[in-house]
Amino acid sequence: MTFAQRLTAPGWYRAALGTALMFAFGGALVVGVRALYGWDPLFNWDAIITVGALIAAPFGYLVGIGCFDYWFYWASGRPTRPEDHSGHGARSWKDYFRVNTDHKVIGIQYIVTTMFFFIAGGLMAMLMRAELAQPGTQFVDPNTFNGLFSVHASLMIFLFIIPVFAGIANFVIPLMIGAPDMAFPRLNALSFWMLPIAGVMMLASFFVEGGAFATGWTAYAPLSTETPLGQQFFTVGVQFAGASSIATALNFLVTIITMRAPGMTFWRMPLLVWANFTTSLLVVIATPFIAGSQFFVLLDRSLGTHFFTPGAGGDVLMYQHVFWFYSHPAVYIMMLPGFGIISEVISTNARKPVFGYRMMAFSLVAIVILGFTVWAHHMFVSGMFSWLRVPMMITTMLIAVPTGIKIFSWLATLWRGVIHLRTPMLFALGFITMFTLGGISGIMLAVVPFDIHVSDTYFIVAHIHYVLFGGSVFTIFAGIYHWFPKMTGRMYDETLGKLHFWLSFIFFNLTFGPMHLVGIDGMPRRVADYAEQYATWNAIISISAFIFGASFLIFLYNMIASWRHGPAAAANPWRAHSIEWQVSSPPPIFNFDEIPTVVGGPYEYGTPGAVHAVFKEKAPAQVPAPAGGGGAPPPTE
Amino acid sequence: MLLAALAASLLVALVVAQGAFADAFTPESGGSQQADDIDTLYKITLYVAIVIFLIVEGTLIWSLTRHRHRRGGPEAAQIRGNTPLELGWTVGAALILVVLTVITFVYLDDIKNPPPSGPDGLASQAQFASLDQPNPPAGGGQTLNIVVSGRQYVWRYDYPGDEPLYSFYEMVVPTGTTVTLDVKAADVIHSWWIPKLGGKVDGVPGHVNKTWFKIPRGREGVYRGQCAELCGANHADMRAEVRAVTPEEFTSWADRTRTDIQQAGQDLAKQRERRLREGETD
Repeated sequence: MTFAQRLTAPGWYRAALGTALMFAFGGALVVGVRALYGWDPLFNWDAIITVGALIAAPFGYLVGIGCFDYWFYWASGRPTRPEDHSGHGARSWKDYFRVNTDHKVIGIQYIVTTMFFFIAGGLMAMLMRAELAQPGTQFVDPNTFNGLFSVHASLMIFLFIIPVFAGIANFVIPLMIGAPDMAFPRLNALSFWMLPIAGVMMLASFFVEGGAFATGWTAYAPLSTETPLGQQFFTVGVQFAGASSIATALNFLVTIITMRAPGMTFWRMPLLVWANFTTSLLVVIATPFIAGSQFFVLLDRSLGTHFFTPGAGGDVLMYQHVFWFYSHPAVYIMMLPGFGIISEVISTNARKPVFGYRMMAFSLVAIVILGFTVWAHHMFVSGMFSWLRVPMMITTMLIAVPTGIKIFSWLATLWRGVIHLRTPMLFALGFITMFTLGGISGIMLAVVPFDIHVSDTYFIVAHIHYVLFGGSVFTIFAGIYHWFPKMTGRMYDETLGKLHFWLSFIFFNLTFGPMHLVGIDGMPRRVADYAEQYATWNAIISISAFIFGASFLIFLYNMIASWRHGPAAAANPWRAHSIEWQVSSPPPIFNFDEIPTVVGGPYEYGTPGAVHAVFKEKAPAQVPAPAGGGGAPPPTE
Repeated sequence: MLLAALAASLLVALVVAQGAFADAFTPESGGSQQADDIDTLYKITLYVAIVIFLIVEGTLIWSLTRHRHRRGGPEAAQIRGNTPLELGWTVGAALILVVLTVITFVYLDDIKNPPPSGPDGLASQAQFASLDQPNPPAGGGQTLNIVVSGRQYVWRYDYPGDEPLYSFYEMVVPTGTTVTLDVKAADVIHSWWIPKLGGKVDGVPGHVNKTWFKIPRGREGVYRGQCAELCGANHADMRAEVRAVTPEEFTSWADRTRTDIQQAGQDLAKQRERRLREGETD
């Protein structure tokens, strides 16, 4: 290809060109308007960076990389290139760096990209623990420290946990429901390519004047409307992560509703599909609220509106209400897909049907509904209408009921099973322990007076990490180990996997367990320096944190080495029943040569001859197994 | 071996996360009634929590020891569900939570509503009478109302009275007296918190939030805390101190400080006059 061809064909050259052109366009717009109005200075770099780099340039990149080619061709009446599926599948590693509409490629793109941001966020955590190892200021100044925990949390939430689940689901869900791809493959690609924009923005904020955004991932107004330019990188970055999230969720909803294989009724769907269905509902309904809250901040900052200026009719608490109306459901957005993974892993490795299948599905739906009724429990000390605390306390307690049902049902699934303690299973069991602890501290936090005591202390830091690391991230590890053979066609190293589990399980607890104690003792969170009395615990926490962080390197090595040189994986190494295991590892480019027909529940382990799906119309299952759940008596004992 | 390690690490987790919650690690108490209530409530919740955790872990470890594939044993049982059991734990969990909620309710009023000052409190409150008393304590009696204003990165306290009386960083209060606080903020959100005195509350621009504490006689001393809501670069250095003194000492401190403030005001006025006379401008 000549250089000119490269600049016009979809890809990284055109993306660079598009980014530069749009930046220039946005900048020129700012300068032009300022010149027209005669404002001084003509070159206001805050405005140029906001409009040019944060808003315009990303669209240049998206167009350049090729996300919109098909739609532009179609909209302008030019002949669209007929879909010859040449974009499907990845033949070399380079294919992962191109716009690809294959859900399996996109799934892996998601997982690898989010892992990159996970590492970046993790390194920031290490730097924070280094700073906190002893009182006083050692490595970073207080403002940089505030930037570190803000970017750490934002990356972990918006660039790791939420999208990595979207990545796993992208790969697994279409296979699981017997679909050839997602409902909207091009939208799927666009969703993925929007994601790195948000991450790059958040990382880039460290390099602007005034440092990275330093108001926490919560970005409470009016602090966030008064801090330097770095804040805009969060405000705008979140919009791209949010848009990506919403588009993916719509895609999942349509895919799950319309593209299930024949015979796959809702009550025959594996629980991972249920989990992603309910998560997608949450994303679609809740995410616009954080977009709104950040737009208010952006407008207050850039256009001088007064949404959060008390003297001018604005209200500071309004920000928190809108923000938490998304950000509490977001906790479940980060947890429900994990619940789904755990159900798959436990049932497969205990060789038993999931206990109370229907209740498991109903409890997901209950969490979706209740999840929208608890937001203000984050605001017990904010001075909002004090009557609101009581209903919020009650709903917060209530949400423990469906969550409890899930934990008890997993235990009942283990009960009298035949337990195979493979790495994914270890992570699933570790998850149950950690998540129970996180849930218990959650109940304690619902108790208003106790919450008043520990709000904004390390108790909160401990709670959130028990829920999001011991909870979500452990399920992510479980999921990645579980589907690694399916995704790569190779087996991971079981010994290294187990080592990874034990190191992270032990040092996770040594890192975050003591944080409960220092929090109750009164150590506030989000401080670079602290009183002498907390020094011993903090030193212990920091040392554990470093070992905990290092344990991730084992995972990383295992994944890279096994992907390159691991032994070839069989189609169904875990003897699982769901459809994705009935095709080769890795699956064929178009998933199925023949659309499967679902003839039973997904977890009929132990029933002789029971299958979940068949590939030939002529050979239905000998035993029409019940569709799971409901206490149906087993055909054989 | 793995199992032993699991059991051992669970034990460690238990000891670290739960067992060590001896008195040393319960919330701070002993300053104000409110903080003591929080402490009691915490212990009740914690005991319930420990029982639940032990049930969960017990079942988990029991299943692991008895039903490992490696150990052989029977085929997996064909249990798909058990309606009475499922209903049982749904209702059971709900009941536990109802009980916790009710207990919280019982304490909540105590924590929210300030009690009256004791008979040994600040005796003559004439000079501290405050008109701004929207939440009179149950049972009548007077309280001392202090306006707490947060700004980056210092707390200011305004005491009631006709003559200006205020202090920064260190709040001086009489023991045996109910102190009600009106918490405000000038720039961004701050959070007022003295752990031993309970009652954390945010200072929010545009809002006036209320809290209170009452330090009994005999507990005179210094209570320390710091801003609990991220308020900017130097948030970690925004500290606060409450110095509790006897009502008598408090009255004399107030008189002395009032005079000092007046004196400083007069000095400043004189200085201004002098500079004006000498042709300097502010």
